[in-house]
Amino acid sequence: MKYVDEFRDGDTARALARVIRAEINPERNYRLMEFCGGHTHAIFRFGIVDLMPDNIRFIHGPGCPVCVLPAGRIEAAIRLVEEEDVILCTYADLMRVPAGKKDSLQKAKARGGDIRMIYSPTDALSLARENPQREVVFFAIGFETTTPPTAAAIKIAEAEEISNFSVFCNHVETPPAMMHILTAGDAKIDGILGPSHVSTIIGSNAYADCCDKYRVPLVIAGFEPLDVIQSVLMLVRQINAGVARVENQYTRAVSETGNEKAKVLMHEVFEQRPQFEWRGLGVLPNSAVQIRSEFADFDAEKRFGMKEIATADIKGCICPAVLRGMNNPDECKLFGTACTPEDPKGACMVSSEGACAAYYSYGRYRSAEATA
Amino acid sequence: MCLAVPARVVELNGDSAIVDLDGIRKETSTLLLDEVAIGDYVLIHVGYALERIDPLEAAKTLKLFDELKAMDAEA
Amino acid sequence: MSKLDIKSGLVEMGHGSGGRASATLIEKLFVRHFDNELLDQGNDQALFNVPAGRMVISTDGHVITPLFFPGGDIGSLSVHGTINDVAMSGATPLYLSASFILEEGFPLAELDRIVISMAKASRDAGVPVVTGDTKVVERGKGDGVFITTTGIGIVPDGINISGDLAEPGDSIIVSGSIGDHGIAILSSREGLQFSTAIESDSAALHTLVAGMVAAVPAIHCLRDPTRGGLATTLNELARQSNVGMRIQETSIPVKAEVKGACELLGLDPLYIANEGKLVCIVPSKDADQLLAVMQKHPLGQNAAIIGNVCKDAHQMVVMETAFGGNRVVDWLAGEQLPRIC
Repeated sequence: MKYVDEFRDGDTARALARVIRAEINPERNYRLMEFCGGHTHAIFRFGIVDLMPDNIRFIHGPGCPVCVLPAGRIEAAIRLVEEEDVILCTYADLMRVPAGKKDSLQKAKARGGDIRMIYSPTDALSLARENPQREVVFFAIGFETTTPPTAAAIKIAEAEEISNFSVFCNHVETPPAMMHILTAGDAKIDGILGPSHVSTIIGSNAYADCCDKYRVPLVIAGFEPLDVIQSVLMLVRQINAGVARVENQYTRAVSETGNEKAKVLMHEVFEQRPQFEWRGLGVLPNSAVQIRSEFADFDAEKRFGMKEIATADIKGCICPAVLRGMNNPDECKLFGTACTPEDPKGACMVSSEGACAAYYSYGRYRSAEATA
Repeated sequence: MCLAVPARVVELNGDSAIVDLDGIRKETSTLLLDEVAIGDYVLIHVGYALERIDPLEAAKTLKLFDELKAMDAEA
Repeated sequence: MSKLDIKSGLVEMGHGSGGRASATLIEKLFVRHFDNELLDQGNDQALFNVPAGRMVISTDGHVITPLFFPGGDIGSLSVHGTINDVAMSGATPLYLSASFILEEGFPLAELDRIVISMAKASRDAGVPVVTGDTKVVERGKGDGVFITTTGIGIVPDGINISGDLAEPGDSIIVSGSIGDHGIAILSSREGLQFSTAIESDSAALHTLVAGMVAAVPAIHCLRDPTRGGLATTLNELARQSNVGMRIQETSIPVKAEVKGACELLGLDPLYIANEGKLVCIVPSKDADQLLAVMQKHPLGQNAAIIGNVCKDAHQMVVMETAFGGNRVVDWLAGEQLPRIC
């Protein structure tokens, strides 16, 4: 696969890893947060941790829109299905996420709820066209990579006058979440691996504040393992030199200003929400978007008068601390016993890129190796 | 978070395109991009092309890898 | 006998009630296509002599949708699947039975197509369908058709193949490329809509197995990695045998298109179903010889040694990635679903 295989070459990976080893300062630790869940997944899938020296530690950030979606929002969607008999369209990632009271979209589907897994917002539009007598609601989640596609779908619905289509908007924003992690300060982060595809949309300039205010270097890292490893090297070099800049490793897809057309589309359809609850981070101001009033017809929250549902996290679950990089998954009392990928109690275990799920597979082996 | 893969544009139809990933063909929306040409490589995410991959920049990155490999070989 | 309108007729409740309509359906569709001596006797059971030896029996229900997919259909799948389950014990499959649960309203033309396909698969494999049953359920209570096949076979003397016999040091062999069937199915499901030349690898593996056990009777384990893929099968065997496994990513054959589809959907080929492949665990001293034998067979041309069994109290399957890093290949948790993240 072009632009994929050449960025996954094993020999190059090992060579880059040796260069990192030669340049790190053995006297200190390098705590690097990979913000994006896709990077977490890649780090474990390609076994990058094994290649890094021990004093480089990856902290898994909250850039997983599945993990940070509050249970209450999922419950609200389930209620919509059960009370209003809508066709709920969702990305498959959300199906097994625990909502409150041991519920989930998958369980609601088993009870008869009309929940359909889709790959794209265009699929939801197709369902709306094919089922004119039913209300079709698209459960929209994601960071800025996924927001423009939703905006495009709403615009199409408006142009075609599709009157039975609406969006339950849960789109969140990356820079505010990053700022929050850095403000909280508990996680002591030395450097940030910035998200690949969010950055193609928002551009490298969007991170300037993070760097300037908090004096933490940030390298926008491509999606492939060699991109990640090179980005680690770039962070190590900045940390060693005591500088804190935004650097772009993913130059083949990320520019300074990003995708202008996508940004314009997003701003046309969405506006900032005053505040939004993030599972694990609490209520953050100006961190998420909502649909503008001009498109109120396509806003499921307004159309169905959806109410806030508060849900308490499961007792003993420390997803909040894990998401902020303050604790390791194996420090959670429920980890590996009550909470496993088969029977997840918190979102960090459900999503395959969640820190706990990644740790469960990978970490068990490392500790098993240690005891062997 | 965002799983996006590079695929090659093989057909253009107004606001959408057919892309090819090693023989797999899929329809993709091009609404988020201004100009897309056949032969371009684009990043695909949830059925939309997000950005074009710049072949010159890709080549530069690969060259950087080669330089680092050379550095390692000398050491 | 009444007429059967295969071209435009539909399955009706009467076809399952045991009366004249049932008999017509059985005679003009099932018996007509399956057509073998035992079935033609027209009894509710098939009577035959049993060769001496250890007998194996296996059964499988098939509920797949879509019913027709690139490279096969529910009919051929049901024949291959059960033949393979029987063959994974090292047995020579002898006979099959087939039970059909039909949904009222299912087009007879499609049923005809399915049964023709089954009959062909059965004939090509040399394993006849000698008895069967048909029931009809009301419209809405079935997915068109469900098929359950049961097969019997005889295990040759001196062959002992079982999932709990893997030993540290054994080699692990896979008979060909993984993930083909699952991707072929996904490509024809509503909603995912990508086009590909990938076809299901659905095939009967018993002649491949016969050659393998004849050449290397010391084979320890055989299993076909169906639902849950190669990863699930390796974990099952590791648990049954109380061992660990170490495999190399670069050795595992995966077609370029399967890789591409997996990248697109965020899936892992290790967990995707196969219907014409097998995993074999064999003492390492016999591995090269076995591999050569497999590669001479049309269904084993891309066979490869992918790793070895080791001592491991945690029963872990670990894969060395193309990087030289390590990754645990865990049990599948729930269904593998396409992801956007």
